Amino acid sequence: MAGLGKEYKSGEVIFRQGDTGSCMFVIQDGEVEAIAESDGREFRLRRMGPNDFFGEMALFEKETRTATIRTTKPTRILSIDKKNFLGGIHEDPSLAFRIVQTMSHRIRDLTDRLARYEQQK
Amino acid sequence: MVEGLELLTGKAPKPHKGKAMTLGDGSRVAVIGAGPAGSMFSYFFLSMAETIGLDVNVDIFEPRGFCHRGPAGCNHCGGIVSESLVQRLATEGIRLPDCVVQRGIESYTLHMDVGDVEIATPLMEKRIAAIYRGNGPRSSEPLDTHSFDGYLLDLAKQKGARVIPRLVTGLRREKDSMTVQCADQSSDTYELAVVATGVNSRLTEMLGNESGEFTHPDRTKTFICEFHLGRKLIRETFGPSMHVFLLDIPRLEFAALIPKGDYVTLCLLGEDIDEALIDKFFSAREVRERFPDGVIPGHVCHCYPRINIREATPVYGDRLVLIGDSGTTRLFKDGIGAAYRTSKAAAKTAVFHGVSAEDFKNYYAPLCRKISNDNRVGKFVFSVATVVQKARFARRGILSMTATEQQQVDSPRRMSGVLWDLFSGSASYTDVFIRTLHPAYVGNLLRNLVAANLPGGRSRDRRNADEGNGRVRH
Repeated sequence: MAGLGKEYKSGEVIFRQGDTGSCMFVIQDGEVEAIAESDGREFRLRRMGPNDFFGEMALFEKETRTATIRTTKPTRILSIDKKNFLGGIHEDPSLAFRIVQTMSHRIRDLTDRLARYEQQK
Repeated sequence: MVEGLELLTGKAPKPHKGKAMTLGDGSRVAVIGAGPAGSMFSYFFLSMAETIGLDVNVDIFEPRGFCHRGPAGCNHCGGIVSESLVQRLATEGIRLPDCVVQRGIESYTLHMDVGDVEIATPLMEKRIAAIYRGNGPRSSEPLDTHSFDGYLLDLAKQKGARVIPRLVTGLRREKDSMTVQCADQSSDTYELAVVATGVNSRLTEMLGNESGEFTHPDRTKTFICEFHLGRKLIRETFGPSMHVFLLDIPRLEFAALIPKGDYVTLCLLGEDIDEALIDKFFSAREVRERFPDGVIPGHVCHCYPRINIREATPVYGDRLVLIGDSGTTRLFKDGIGAAYRTSKAAAKTAVFHGVSAEDFKNYYAPLCRKISNDNRVGKFVFSVATVVQKARFARRGILSMTATEQQQVDSPRRMSGVLWDLFSGSASYTDVFIRTLHPAYVGNLLRNLVAANLPGGRSRDRRNADEGNGRVRH
């Protein structure tokens, strides 16, 4: 009974690529994988564990989810409301610092991957 | 933390004509008190300083050890981390581990003489944390519990804060520094002193008396106690729900039973809670029915902590700032959330602006004013709740409206949302109040007031509610 968030079994999908959403998620315990789906094939983008977050783009834009998130083991996940998050940012802009920092890391990672892909072509 | 304030000289709010009052490499900061406000200030202050490459030192003065069970390791509080704070901490990267969260709360059950109704979070997700400020009640087994305050202090230590286990007995303003004096006659000077002792220490009182520049916070006495019922019984009778009581007992503003591990915490808030009020509460049928066989067991640990019901003024001076309960907090609810907000605002001011009274006035005081103004609205909201406590027809209407909403999946849950945020402290009182002015809320309430008080209407509402999630009992 202790512990925060909602419990998911291994293999459960939190949301699918193309879904609409209005919250982001923080992993409390367990692990998820981010999967891009294209032409019926799946490509794993990254694995994420405790304290990692995903779905943050939904807080800033109204586009659909860009990847599918699926648990790889029993996982507990806390959702962060858009209203709560944006209300917090309004009072304290530094609340977004960690998200900006992580998004920056992800852009760097994607840039590296793209460079490697271009070299292999 | 602070036994007495030896001397605080100088006119606090006036800018001091000495060294520039900004922190630089090697600056030293004293944090007096390692409750949530003190630890979170240290954590955020050191994090922000690291971000801009500022090499500063933080000493946290705290003689208490949070590894102790009972009063020796406890900061005396009901122990709820609100939904909004859980989310903000998670966004900050502060994840409350399972050993700290005694129970995740996913619903509130409102108990009134006209019935009960369970208000579930729309996502059926545990987003409220029941915690212990210390390491559990006096007689608890030292199992896997971990103090919330101890956890936050560990985070501050990981960031580089140094804990000095000494009782502070004096605080003195020097020309370009603050001197902190301890019970063992040792003393040290700092560029900034942060007072985070709460209101159950003598510091804020002495600060006001000695300097004449500060008015210490107004306080009222509350009552907190722990019942040992065992994990299995608690799961069966309380579940992951916090039980809130709206009873017609004078001076009682809020009463809640909070399940935590093997124990249930009772928290009574109101106007100077005393034994007569406590006896009256325990004799209420709605309360006794919560316990097995209607018998209230003896409590294993109890205290009468005081809470801040009106802010200290001002909450800053040159090289001095009061945070958390010592300065400004929210009325009755979400004190830990207020500690988070004030500690972070004070840390930002000190790192990015300076430590003069002017800096705190410009960058810290606005948040304190915002909280204080919201508390004024809160006072009005609680006065309305007092009227509801006395008016049985109003309680019937609220019960009917809430129970009906809990059965509906897609319709707006206006009354449920208002009660949820009022009980949990997840939204500001102003936000709660504004939502009660919505025409749909007013219309629905009036309709339910009429329907629930008409002959035949009461039994129909009960039947409808029994079929859904809104479990109504008479």
